[in-house]
Amino acid sequence: MRRSPKELQSTHRKMGRRALLLGGAQLAFAGALGMRMRYLQVDQADQFRLLAEENRINIRLIPPARGKLFDRNGAIIAQNTPSYRVVIVPEDAGDVDLILSRLSQLIELVPEDLERAQTEMRRSPPFLPITVADQINWEDVSKIAVNAPALPGITPEVGLTRVYPQGADFAHVVGYVGPVSDYDLERIDDPDQLLRIPRFQIGKVGLEAKEEDNLRGKAGAKRVEVNATGRIMRELDRREGQPGADLQLSVDAELQSYVQARLGVESASAVVIDCESGDLRAIASAPSFDPNLFVRGISVADYRELTENQYRPLANKSVQGTYPPGSTFKMVTALAGLEAGIIGADDTVYCPGHLEISGRRFHCWKRAGHGHVDLQNSIKQSCDVFYYDLALKVGIDKISAMAKKLGLGVRHDLPMSAVARGLAPDRDWKSRNYGQDWLIGDTANAAIGQGYMLTSPMQLAVMTARLATGRSIEPRLVKSVNSVEQPTGAGDPLDVNENHLRQVRRAMFSVSNDRRGTAYRSRIIEDDYRMAGKTGTSQVRNITAAERRAGVIHNRDLPWERRDHALFVDFAPYDNPKFAVAVVVEHGGGGSVAAAPIARDITLQALYGGTPPLAAYPSKDRNKIKAQQERLHRERPGSGKDGKDRA
Amino acid sequence: MSYLEYTVKSVPSGLRKFAYLNWPLVLLLISVAGVGFLMLYSVAGGSFAPWAEPQMKRFGVGLVVMLMVAVVPIWFWRNMAAVAYALTIVLLILVDLIGAVGMGAQRWIDLGFMRLQPSELMKITMVMLLAAYYDWLPAKRISRPFWVITPVLLILLPTLMVLRQPDLGTALLLIIAGGGMMFLAGVHWAYFAAVLSAGVGLIVAVFQSRGTEWQLLKDYQFRRIDTFLDPASDPLGAGYHITQSKIALGSGGWTGRGFMQGTQSRLNFLPEKQTDFIFTTLAEEFGFVGGISLLTLYVLITVFCIYTALATRDRFSSLVTLGVALTFFLFFAVNMSMVMGLAPVVGVPLPLVSYGGSAMMILMVGFGLVQSAHIHRPR
Repeated sequence: MRRSPKELQSTHRKMGRRALLLGGAQLAFAGALGMRMRYLQVDQADQFRLLAEENRINIRLIPPARGKLFDRNGAIIAQNTPSYRVVIVPEDAGDVDLILSRLSQLIELVPEDLERAQTEMRRSPPFLPITVADQINWEDVSKIAVNAPALPGITPEVGLTRVYPQGADFAHVVGYVGPVSDYDLERIDDPDQLLRIPRFQIGKVGLEAKEEDNLRGKAGAKRVEVNATGRIMRELDRREGQPGADLQLSVDAELQSYVQARLGVESASAVVIDCESGDLRAIASAPSFDPNLFVRGISVADYRELTENQYRPLANKSVQGTYPPGSTFKMVTALAGLEAGIIGADDTVYCPGHLEISGRRFHCWKRAGHGHVDLQNSIKQSCDVFYYDLALKVGIDKISAMAKKLGLGVRHDLPMSAVARGLAPDRDWKSRNYGQDWLIGDTANAAIGQGYMLTSPMQLAVMTARLATGRSIEPRLVKSVNSVEQPTGAGDPLDVNENHLRQVRRAMFSVSNDRRGTAYRSRIIEDDYRMAGKTGTSQVRNITAAERRAGVIHNRDLPWERRDHALFVDFAPYDNPKFAVAVVVEHGGGGSVAAAPIARDITLQALYGGTPPLAAYPSKDRNKIKAQQERLHRERPGSGKDGKDRA
Repeated sequence: MSYLEYTVKSVPSGLRKFAYLNWPLVLLLISVAGVGFLMLYSVAGGSFAPWAEPQMKRFGVGLVVMLMVAVVPIWFWRNMAAVAYALTIVLLILVDLIGAVGMGAQRWIDLGFMRLQPSELMKITMVMLLAAYYDWLPAKRISRPFWVITPVLLILLPTLMVLRQPDLGTALLLIIAGGGMMFLAGVHWAYFAAVLSAGVGLIVAVFQSRGTEWQLLKDYQFRRIDTFLDPASDPLGAGYHITQSKIALGSGGWTGRGFMQGTQSRLNFLPEKQTDFIFTTLAEEFGFVGGISLLTLYVLITVFCIYTALATRDRFSSLVTLGVALTFFLFFAVNMSMVMGLAPVVGVPLPLVSYGGSAMMILMVGFGLVQSAHIHRPR
């Protein structure tokens, strides 16, 4: 396209004007840059030169105080106390080895700490402070302060460290914190600057880890002037951080400590859940450990002792442990049968002591059989044959659905580590996981809580609370965050016929109140606090036909790890349920002997909000109970004060 | 204007082209690069390794590339503009795909002696394309809406692709350079006024919406903007570098501490001391005098380009030259503002001085175009 010279000329002139305009703007900007340079380098040169020569502006993070943990009554479960540590800035120290050897003459240095400090020094830039001694006392701090001139680059620092005054009682409930590790940093995408502070404490396990975001708070920062040896000359300005949120737990420290003591040296677990709110009043796992050991950094020997103990003190059995629920599952099967309309209250089944199912003989725990059994008696006496028969009619899918409705085999959202889902198997599950068809024998096993069925003690407590209230109670561990009440776990009504629930509850009542009930010996006498429960004994081994012929070996004669698990679930008071309790004693033997008495004691302790009167116990047990109460009293040093030292 | 309209006969040919180079511009470029070698030598603690030596080799290659671009007639480059642009877009897509396969971080293509970032290349090819576009477009259409929206889209396409990488600095440079080209070409000023006021309006609206129900951004996005605008609120991130940078700069004073006398340990605070923050070393070691000298060299280069642009009567040549000058200006203006604490820290290198291949190479190509326009100007 050819254009007229006139048009070309006019566009060219226009471009010229604009180019000059833009060029002018560019010149003006360059002029501004020059002015700025002059301002920084000439007008303010003295100030900056001073800063550069003698002092340095240093920005230090102010770590926020970690949120405290309280029990439901305000007793302190976790708090922070000041601790002193010694840091070295290699750049300021100059000859690091010389300074450290001088320091080791003054205070005791742990070789392990020194070794770690050396590796950290090699990896991080020389201006970053590195901890050489942690958790030192005030005396050592003053020694360093006095000898400061001989120790360039060495500074004592005060920090906060986590303390768990309740010790082992809450180790499984809240977990513990520890210094942030490289492994932790790798797992976090966008690490908070705070995590770069050497030895900064973060939640490692349990609630401390799960609620880390709430508890940690936000870092503050201060700008300080430091002199050539790294000592702070003055603070220029500071921006306060935000302390972590205080959490109030649903747990009652008094009760928790009692439960932990009552479980004693058994490998066991117990859960107390509030039937109104779903609050976990106690959630204990024994044996336990002292979380304060982990805060300081546990010694290899202590750690080995914990990991090699066959009772697994580090495992939080209440939520992580899964066990076959055994006969405590029978309420689920019964309710599924009632809901499906397959049995009524008066229907009976004849129990000869076993049932043939597709050529295999399924035994009742009572070899002689129970005779004619109805629903009431089947729970009261824990007849197995009744449930084999019922389960075959109902089918596994309905049983599994009922289990899930009652909170078994489903994940409950608790801020604890590795909360187990358990397992309420159905046809679908088996074909997915084993690629096999569901067998009729599997149904019979599932009906009495054996086979693939697995539940955690916490799930059993939830199941019992749901049976007791007819509402879908959800467990709650955190009651309030910074005094803001969290939603309760009261739940909606379960979609289950109230009449059917009543029948199951009445049967559970007879378990611990009828002379022929399996837990009659562990009854509560006090009329207002009558308890309804169910025993369970779950096998951890198969009893072969040969063994059975030779006579089943008694639990006492078996090695510990092959004995049955003892289980007991209950709720009380019967007419107005307040608490539901589940107790599992690993390899404890029979549920009625090993678990029911513990559950009864815990239930009473919870109901009375303290040591129950002996009048609540059956009269012939009272002497034994009195001795037990006195023993527990002696073992729990804090209990005498009755929580008077609460914050 | 097609190349037939150039008075081809009067254009120098063969080796005579070198005589018609804009030699003062070449000398200016060499002196700026020289300053760069000096600083890289100093930052490395008085050593050619690891930065000064490769930088010198690269600059040598860059000079050859510039001469090669320069001897090719400017009308060839004009005809190639659309192809170059399309090719760069393809490269941008390509690194995006490679990057996606190679787990993310790859934003460059390895040429052996340097790593080419297509986003850097785009800074030049976009200038070429817009210059060619406005050379082709009849004057009376320049401000018609359709003919305004087309170049806007041509600018936005690569900008959005770069923004996705994410490379905010380059995206901003592309937008400003593209807008500048449109302004130079003579698009009616009302468009610029409208875009500017809409932009200001949008920013005001976004900030006004904060804390209200119709909040336009998420809270964390606002917090990021806060740190972006006020680095001091992020004392260990951007603000830290700025404080250290200002101290190093300020302590230089009038004449500086002398070559290699800068307190190197202090500069260890700056992770990019050989790239984006290299100006601090210069300003500390040679003081205000050194800093202002480099600034003067930069301004001279810009002025020289504007002068050659105005002296030539060929529209494409003028526009390309002005565009290269603007891009060059944006490089040093943004980098210096950042180092002196006037702008947020975005990754823009100091042109021809910072260590790095891509930016230097595309600038040398750009100056090659300027030279070509100068040699082949209608006489």
